[in-house]
Amino acid sequence: MTEAHPVAATYLKNAVQSGAKLILVDPRKHKLAEFADIHAPLLVGSDISFLNSLMYVLIDEDLYDKDFVKDHTEGFDELKVKVKEYPPEIAAKTCGIEPSMIYEIARELSKVKPVMCCYTLGITEHTCGRNNVVSIANLQMLLGNMGVESGGVNPLRGQNNVQGACDMGALPNVYPGYQPVINEKSVEKFEEFWGVGGLDKENGLMIPQMMDGLVDGKVRAFYIFGENLANTEPDIKKVEHELSSAEFLVVQDIFLNETTVFADVILPAAAWSENDGTFTNSERRVSRVRTASEAPGIAKPNWWIFREIAKRMGQKWSSNSAKEIWDNELSVLAPQFGGIKYSRIEKDGLQWPCPTVEHTGTKFLHKDGTFTKGRGTFLPVDWTPPAEVPDEEYPLVLSTGRRLYHYHTRTQTGRCEGLNELLPEETADISYADATDLGIDNGEMIYVSSRRGKVKVRANVTDEVPKGLVWMAFHFRENNANWLTNPAFDPITLTAEYKACAVRIDIIEGNL
Amino acid sequence: MSIQKININNHDLSFKPGMTILEVAEENMIRIPTLCHLKGTIPTGACRICVVEVASANNLLPACSTPAANGMVVETDSNKVFEARRTILELLISSGNHNCAVSETSNSEWIDFQVDAMKYEESEELCPSWGDCKLQDLAYQYRVRVDNFNKDWVDQPPELDNPMIVRDFSRCISCGRCVQACNEVQVNRAIDFGYRGNDTKIVTAGDRTLMDSDCVFCGECVQVCPVGALVDKKSRFKWRPFNTEKIRTTCPYCGVGCQQMLHVKDGEIVKVTGVEEAEPNKGRLCVKGRFGYDFIYSDERLKTPLIKENGEFREASWDEALNLVTDKFKTIIDESGSAAVAGVSCARSINEDSYQMQKLFRAVFKTNNIDHCART
Ligand code: SF4
Ligand code: SF4
Ligand code: SF4
Ligand code: FES
Repeated sequence: MTEAHPVAATYLKNAVQSGAKLILVDPRKHKLAEFADIHAPLLVGSDISFLNSLMYVLIDEDLYDKDFVKDHTEGFDELKVKVKEYPPEIAAKTCGIEPSMIYEIARELSKVKPVMCCYTLGITEHTCGRNNVVSIANLQMLLGNMGVESGGVNPLRGQNNVQGACDMGALPNVYPGYQPVINEKSVEKFEEFWGVGGLDKENGLMIPQMMDGLVDGKVRAFYIFGENLANTEPDIKKVEHELSSAEFLVVQDIFLNETTVFADVILPAAAWSENDGTFTNSERRVSRVRTASEAPGIAKPNWWIFREIAKRMGQKWSSNSAKEIWDNELSVLAPQFGGIKYSRIEKDGLQWPCPTVEHTGTKFLHKDGTFTKGRGTFLPVDWTPPAEVPDEEYPLVLSTGRRLYHYHTRTQTGRCEGLNELLPEETADISYADATDLGIDNGEMIYVSSRRGKVKVRANVTDEVPKGLVWMAFHFRENNANWLTNPAFDPITLTAEYKACAVRIDIIEGNL
Repeated sequence: MSIQKININNHDLSFKPGMTILEVAEENMIRIPTLCHLKGTIPTGACRICVVEVASANNLLPACSTPAANGMVVETDSNKVFEARRTILELLISSGNHNCAVSETSNSEWIDFQVDAMKYEESEELCPSWGDCKLQDLAYQYRVRVDNFNKDWVDQPPELDNPMIVRDFSRCISCGRCVQACNEVQVNRAIDFGYRGNDTKIVTAGDRTLMDSDCVFCGECVQVCPVGALVDKKSRFKWRPFNTEKIRTTCPYCGVGCQQMLHVKDGEIVKVTGVEEAEPNKGRLCVKGRFGYDFIYSDERLKTPLIKENGEFREASWDEALNLVTDKFKTIIDESGSAAVAGVSCARSINEDSYQMQKLFRAVFKTNNIDHCART
C-alpha cells in the first residue's frame, strides 16, 4: 500500500499514530509491517482458508455481531456450517499462520468497531479472486462492520480510473451506471436516447475471450485504447501470439509501445492534462481533470476520435466536448450520476450515488445496514489453491505487483526525468533463506523461469520476502514478470492469477 | 457547557475549548503570521513569529501553541509584538543565505554576499524561492534591515545528488515543518533534527544524503518548507509564482485520485503541488503525483496517425487513418457480423473517453464486445 497507494497509506499511518490498531495480512513484510500491531504472513493464495478460520473463531466463541446478522443479513446458517470446516488448527496448515495468531486476530477484530478492511489486487488477482472478495464481505457482515463510516470492504483501485471505466460501462455486460445489457428496459432506454435500433442484447466478450477470439478468427477486428496488453497480460509469449493473429488491429495511444508493434493503424491521442474531463477514484469521487498544455502534433482527444469514427459510419453525435458528454448524456443516462454536473465539481469532486443536483454525494455505501438488495447475503465459499502450485521442478511461488517509483509498463514514468534514477531496473526479491540455499548474493544476476518463460534479473535479497516466495513487478520489458505469470483465470470474473505461479531460480554460470 | 469567550484586538469571540489563540484568530479572519506552524500536526513553538501580547502574562506568548482561555485578553499587533517579530526576522534573515534583496544595505559587503551566493548556487538567479517565501514576505512587511550576514554556508554546498529535491541548508531557518511533514503527515520517518545547539540541522538517519536514506521522495517536505531550503530540482529557477498560471486537476496514476495544482508556464507544466484542504488528499502527493508529469513532453510522443504498410509504419492524415479504420470495421461487420469486432478501453483515461468508446461499440458497431482491464 505504501508503494501502490502511497497517499492513502499516509492516512492509515496517521490513524496508527493516533492509536488505531493495524492488522496486516500479507505474505510480505513490507513497509506497513513496521506500523502493524500484528503481521500475519499468510501463504500466497490462502486467503479464504484464513478468513474462514477467523469466522470459525468468531462464531465458535460467540464473538460476532448478532444484532447485525439478525437484522440485516441472510444465509448465516449456511455460513456457519461451512466455516465449521476451518478450525484454526486445520486452517493453519493451508494458510501458514499459527493457530494462536488466528485466535488472537479474531478476538481483536471483535473488540473494536468499526473495523475497516482495505485490500488491493492481492485479493482479486487469483483464480479464486471473486471468492476472496465474497469471503471478506462475509467477515465484515459477521462483524457488523458494514454501512458505517470507516468500516466496510474497501478495494483500493489500481489505476486512477478503473472505477470510472466500470461506471462508464466499458464492460461487456452493462451500460453506463451498471444497467444490464440483457435487460429489455435498459436496451429500450439506450436505443431511444442514442436514437438507434438493434442494440446487442447479449453480454459481450471479456478480454481473455477476445484474445482467444483473435486466434480462432472469431474476432477479426480489435481496437485497443491505451492498454499496453503485450506487457500487462499474463504470459507475454501467448499474448504476443494472440495479438499477431489479429486480422486488423487499431491501437490508440500516446507512445509507441510493445503493443503498437502489432497494430495496423496507430491513432495518436491527447494525454492527461491535454484534455478536459473527469476521473473517478476509489472512493467513487468524480473529480475534474483540466487542460494545461496542447497535445503534440495533430494528436486528438480520445472522445473526438471515437466521435469521428461514428460520423464516418453515419451517426452524428451532438456532444462535442467532455463537458457536453458528461452533462448532456452520461449524467442523464446513469441515475447514480444524475446530480453530478461539471458546474458542481469545479473544486472538490462528488461521490456517487448522487441522484439529484441537490444531493451532496454519498460518503459510504449500505448506510445503516441496508444493502442494495435489502439484506446482505452470506455466501459461504471454500478455499481453493492457486492454479499452479510449486513442485519439484518449479519449487518457488512467484507473486507480482507494483513499485513506488514506476507505474505499470513505464511508458509514462520511464519518460519522467528522475524516476528512472530512483528505480533503474527490475529486481527479483527473494528471502535470505532461499538466497543462502541457492548460493545467491544480493545484487547477483539470476534466471527466474516458469513453464512459460525465463527472465534474467538482479536478485534483491531482503527480509521483506518469506522463504519460498519470489516477488517481482512488471515495470521493465526485458525482465517483466509477465513473461512468467500464469494465464489462469477466475471462472467468473476472468481476472488472471498474477499473484501466484510456480517458478524456479537458476544461477548464471560464470556470473559475478 | 457555558460559552467560552476570548477578547482579541477588542473583539469578544467565542471558541470551543481546546482551540489555540491562533485557531480562534484565524476563524475570525484576524491574521497572525506563522512560520513553523503546520496545520494538523502538534505545534512546536519553534520560531516564535506568531507571538502575541496576553494581558495576564509577563512575556509574549506564541499564538500557535497557547490554548485560548475564558476571559483571556489578547493583542496581536501591539508595538511590543511588532518589535519582537522584527527582531526574530532580523535574526533569521541574517542567519543564512537570504540573497533576495530584502536588505537595504548598500555597502560592498552586500555585493560580496551576492557574488558568493551566485557562486554557491552556480546560477545568476536569486534564491529559487524568490517570490514564494514566507520569510521574504514577512521581511518586507516588517521592513527588516540587516547588515550583518552569517556566511558559514559558503563552503557547505547544496545537496544535489538526487534527481528530485535540492536541500540547501544555507537557507534553512530550522522551523521543523519538513520534519513534521515527513513524520506526522506522510509518516515516512526519513528526516529529523540532528546534532545539538548551534550545530542543529535537519538530518536523515546517519546524516546521509536523501538518496541513501529512507526518503521516498514524496516531496511533502518541499511543499511545506516556508523558505528556499527545500526546492523541487525540476522546477528550480524555472518556476516563479508570478510567471505561472495555476490549474487544478486530478493525478493520472493510482486510484487515490489526489488533487494536484499544476503550475503552468507558457503552456508547459513546470511544477506540481498538492491542493491544500482538498478532498481526498489534503495537499499530500506521492513521488509520481508530484514529479511524474513531464512524460507528456517527451519527444517520443505520437504526433500523427500511423498506418502499417509492408511491415513499416508511415505517417498518415486523420482522414486517411480514420477512413481506413471505418472501412475495415464496416467490411468485417458486413462479412462476419458485429460479434467479429471487439474493443478494450482504457482505465487511465477520462470517463468521457470510456463512455464514448462503449457508445461507439454499442450504438454504432452494435456489439457489447467492450471491456477494459479492470479485471487485471
Ligand atoms: S529563502 Fe526567502 S528570504 Fe531567504 S533568500 Fe530566499 S527568498 Fe529570500
Ligand atoms: S521527500 Fe517525503 S520522505 Fe523524503 S524527506 Fe521529504 S517528506 Fe520525507
Ligand atoms: S528545511 Fe525548510 S522546512 Fe525544514 S527546517 Fe529548514 S526551513 Fe524549515
Ligand atoms: S508559528 Fe507559532 S511558534 Fe512558529
